[in-house]
Amino acid sequence: MIRTMTGDFSLTTLPFLMGLMAGTASRCLMLQTDYRRYPGYPHGYVAHLALGFIASTLGALAVPALAEKQYTAATFLALAAQQFRDIRKMEHDTLLDLEEHALVRRGKDYVDGIAKVFEARNYLVIGVALFTSLGARLLGIPGGVAAALASGYICLRLMSGREVGQIALVKEAEVRFEGPNLFVGPVQIMNIALAESRQTVLQHSIGVVLEPKNRQGREILADPGQRQAIIHDASAAVGIRRDVDNVDFTPLARRNLDTGAVALFIPALDRNPEVLLEAVRRVPVLETARGGALPVRKG
Amino acid sequence: MSLSVSDTILAVVTLDRAVAGGGAPIFYVRDQAEQEAVSRILSHILNAMAHDLQNGTYIIVKH
Repeated sequence: MIRTMTGDFSLTTLPFLMGLMAGTASRCLMLQTDYRRYPGYPHGYVAHLALGFIASTLGALAVPALAEKQYTAATFLALAAQQFRDIRKMEHDTLLDLEEHALVRRGKDYVDGIAKVFEARNYLVIGVALFTSLGARLLGIPGGVAAALASGYICLRLMSGREVGQIALVKEAEVRFEGPNLFVGPVQIMNIALAESRQTVLQHSIGVVLEPKNRQGREILADPGQRQAIIHDASAAVGIRRDVDNVDFTPLARRNLDTGAVALFIPALDRNPEVLLEAVRRVPVLETARGGALPVRKG
Repeated sequence: MSLSVSDTILAVVTLDRAVAGGGAPIFYVRDQAEQEAVSRILSHILNAMAHDLQNGTYIIVKH
């Protein structure tokens, strides 16, 4: 009797518990890296963690269930996939609705990226839980721990995408006017007629130039969605000096057609160029922008 | 949901009496100070931006 119980424990309960713990822990770890990709309100965290817990339960259950020839477990995974897809859509729609009233928009590309990350992280959690429970079932506690560490590490590596700082040199640049035309470095940004607005822009704006490091970087920076994401994160870092009825202070990014460099200006509340440059460097490279920059061998 | 036109000229504020007609309302002003003031008020009211065409004419454009 005792032997049966121990056998049951090491073959089902232990793998399940280890998978559950590893899955939930990996969701907690991934939560730390997504502060720019999602508003970090407490209820947001709760939603992420609860879903991570559910995902890890499903992942951890799969191995013991399949080993007991309970093949319906596979159906549950398919159900979970449907559920997480619905959640992505909900996330996507909510963020887009909120955009309508935002002073500085994220842009559709960024919203799409955030929603995708939200969905994908749950699948990664299922993966971690599944591998951990498999390891624990085959090799006991040491196997479970090793599988958890390995899959957790791979998971974190997978989720840390590239950042703008890796594809471009980010430098501060001079903001100036030629007549009514606003320039950042050599790039013309826009035409501001009102002298009062020009004065405010000159006083408070920070200009930034992004020089792509290679051709792929150039294509990524050319993507308007990527530029909007940069503007959004940059404005969030230093605070935006505008209100709904003041469009003269809308931050913009424009491209130097000769070099592919991108210049942007941010009318900042907190005129701190170092903070701004760091924020720009840490903007994630969006999947949609990267799609347009396929590496080619020749040319 | 609110609807509004965008990327169109909502108003023209000009010092040049020769400017006539067209699809947008034209505001004739006496000097540059008045032009600034009128343009500023219009741009706030319309949530639009004043652009200087550098020929004595400002246009108010919603983007």
